[in-house]
Amino acid sequence: MKPIGKDYVKKKYDQVVPGGIDEWPVVSLSNNRDAFIKEVTAESIKRIKKLTPKRSSLIEEIETTLFREKLRVKRNPWAVDPPDEADFLQSIKDRLLEISSNDDKEDIDGTLEDILSEIIERYASEIAGNFKKSRFRMARSIVTFGFARLLNASRARGFWSIFSTRYSLQDKIHITGEVEELRTLAKKGTIIMVPTHFSNLDSILIGWVINALGLPAFIYGAGLNLFNIKIFAYFMESLGAYKVDRRKKNLLYLETLKSYSSLAIQKGCHSLFFPGGTRSRSGQIEKRLKLGLLSTAIEAQRVNYQKGKRDGLHKIFIVPVTLNYNFVLEAPSLIREYLRLKGQERYYVENDEYSTSYKISAFLLKFFTKGSDISVSIGRGLDVLGNYVDTDGNSYDKSGRQIDTQEYFTKDGKIISHDQQREDEYTRMLSDRIVEEFHRINKVFASHLVAFVAFEMLQKKFNKLDLYNLLRIPEEDQIIPYEEFKTVFQTVLRRVHEMYNKGEISVSPYLTGDPDKIIAHGLANMGMYHAKRPLIKNKKGDISTQDLNLLFYYHNRLVGYNLEKYV
Amino acid sequence: MSKECVGVIGSGSFGTAVANILSKNSNVLLYARNPETVEKISASRISNGQQLSENITITNSLEEVAKSCNVIFPVVPSSNFREMMRQFAPFLHPYHVLIHGTKGLDLILPDEIPSDFKMDRSCIRTMSEVIREESVVVRVGCMAGPNLAKELALGHPAATVIASPFNEVINEGKRLLRSDKFQVYGNQDLKGVELCGVLKNIIAIASGIISGLGFGDNAKGLLISRGLVEMIYLGKALGGEISSFIGLAGIGDLVATASSQTSRNYTIGFKLAQGKTMNEAIAEMEETAEGVNTIRIIKQLADAQGIKPLITDMLYKILYEDMKPLEGLSYLMKYPGNIDIDFL
Repeated sequence: MKPIGKDYVKKKYDQVVPGGIDEWPVVSLSNNRDAFIKEVTAESIKRIKKLTPKRSSLIEEIETTLFREKLRVKRNPWAVDPPDEADFLQSIKDRLLEISSNDDKEDIDGTLEDILSEIIERYASEIAGNFKKSRFRMARSIVTFGFARLLNASRARGFWSIFSTRYSLQDKIHITGEVEELRTLAKKGTIIMVPTHFSNLDSILIGWVINALGLPAFIYGAGLNLFNIKIFAYFMESLGAYKVDRRKKNLLYLETLKSYSSLAIQKGCHSLFFPGGTRSRSGQIEKRLKLGLLSTAIEAQRVNYQKGKRDGLHKIFIVPVTLNYNFVLEAPSLIREYLRLKGQERYYVENDEYSTSYKISAFLLKFFTKGSDISVSIGRGLDVLGNYVDTDGNSYDKSGRQIDTQEYFTKDGKIISHDQQREDEYTRMLSDRIVEEFHRINKVFASHLVAFVAFEMLQKKFNKLDLYNLLRIPEEDQIIPYEEFKTVFQTVLRRVHEMYNKGEISVSPYLTGDPDKIIAHGLANMGMYHAKRPLIKNKKGDISTQDLNLLFYYHNRLVGYNLEKYV
Repeated sequence: MSKECVGVIGSGSFGTAVANILSKNSNVLLYARNPETVEKISASRISNGQQLSENITITNSLEEVAKSCNVIFPVVPSSNFREMMRQFAPFLHPYHVLIHGTKGLDLILPDEIPSDFKMDRSCIRTMSEVIREESVVVRVGCMAGPNLAKELALGHPAATVIASPFNEVINEGKRLLRSDKFQVYGNQDLKGVELCGVLKNIIAIASGIISGLGFGDNAKGLLISRGLVEMIYLGKALGGEISSFIGLAGIGDLVATASSQTSRNYTIGFKLAQGKTMNEAIAEMEETAEGVNTIRIIKQLADAQGIKPLITDMLYKILYEDMKPLEGLSYLMKYPGNIDIDFL
């Protein structure tokens, strides 16, 4: 394969929305925050009532919610939780008790209605983002300016270099792929960006990418646990985040969340979901996506069509994005959790290991002062059924025939109907398409490939052992002679290049040329900040590891491509 | 036309029977590939020996079918299915619903077969997968069950399964097909139900052989139950749910096909038992027996994956390697009996 040059373009992008920040849908959403919360509440109540058509089933749902919420408050409280939560739950409980001793049906229905709207409104205001123009501008400049200073200081030498402008964040974070298409589509419709999720840093990273590309702020669901940390909370609120609490798994909460997302998309707010729902524990690219939020994209598209909003400005575009790292800060705890879960330990608390600002600052400092670039691959735009779209937003099938997306929601090409089961199935199909695209745009780094090859070689050598025993083999067995490693590495590399030529995967420019150099580059960058390095060259020049679990984690990035066959 | 119009692609015996059932509730547009066949049928109003109902119109234009009908039933042999879909695709829209009635598989091999090539599930497509691959239609279903064309033509009572992940497809199928003489059940496991129809053809050939050799009902009972076990193993490996195999499309269809002299696959087996070669037997048939092709595909797949489906294996030897049917049977009988049921 020919060497590939630099695969990203460094440039300053104009703002997509020429009218400036006041024209952004997210701004109008936050200006009318109270009204929007009311709208979300009304919509959620409508949904919940549809799901619980009988009075008894509604009571049951509220009771379940109450029970789980009390348990959560007791067992897993977070700093971000409001202090009056226990009292609030108690007041709901008291009123539910009253109901059980009341015979007046109308009275009961009235009380239920009150309880329901109180809970939902509370949820809706917790979820609702608090986007502020001034804070957004502030956060934006802190991120770009601050990071740029750090970067220049570290790359160049000497005190004055702190004011140098030679390096910008775009030298550190490479944005590649369908950038222009994304910018064009953002003018023609509503974007739903769906990135892979490996690290808590993803939220900030993607926020910066969106801004660097001149796109208006996206709204996105961020784990409520991140709001425990004040500095994160500040940045994320400013960048348009709304809050998603994974501890709350009750129907009332989930429906409120879905209503929020769906209504915001209908209003033309560009949105961002991490469709895996949570960071990938294993280090693998997400294979199964969470369908809840994804279904709101399909729903919003259908509602827009029902309202007669034909394509033009109201079409919804799904844009898959992969974030490619050499290093994931949380890798050790993620993989530990993964192994524990797979080991059938059923109960675990949704924990919050990323908790101190110190850890994060230390990481950021390391990140900007030492090597290790990040690359962000932007995929092609899809319609909500997963068909590719062109820059005009028109959908096409595999043979290049144009498709009218609206027809998926009709039985005769004319009348748009709402069929929940159909949309659930469409959501599943969309999810499969996104996973397919993730694998296609995923960028192979030298570090991913060395990790993959090394772990697979060990696995093959000890093929009688199961995963858990393999991860416990003694140190002297963890060594792979360099020449042996290199031979296998080259075979797998050849296969990766073949796949790249067929458009089945993307590769980093470092993955061409002299194999010794590629391997050296991979070893140098892989998990470079971990206390124990996942892969090293030992004194004799052979390949070895200091932490097999981590090696397994980084290896997992390339699982799912059938590359095992070539080891 | 005042009533809605439903399309049927393929005027073979099953396609014609389906068109006649549909004609009880709707107008039907029946497509035949060959222009001469179209002329002959419109003149005689007889297709494949079956009298056509009045409200069936016969056509040679796929475009007309796509334009006039929102729900279409493709019923063409698996060997022509992909080609038909390629011709049909330009006229299809995302609002179309396709419910196929073809019980066969499509094999895709790479243009250049590498020396280390191993066949796996990714080389095999069910008909619904072909539809999804070749067209924009997503609301796809299949129709399977004990539906011997000749009995349907006589108007005997029968039932079928409509399988689709989409409830609306199942409901459309029910609404259009249901009549006093025809029951319709729904199943969400599209792949499983398709595989039932496909795999049961293998056992039907074996059943024909047993009858042709003059053996009785004990042997048939043995074959049907062991055959079902084999179907379940293969079906599960190919992505179906076990439960579908004990339903109407699985055991229901298997019993019907394995004991019916009107079944094409059974007939092939019967002829083989009488000492005919595969080619002679096929030459005597009017229509495709899907089982012959299915056995070849499944045998290749099983070999590549290192599994050994006994009945399929033996049939492959009889069909393609000139083993005598009696020899094959005695081999099976000598094979050490295993646990009766180990998958539930």
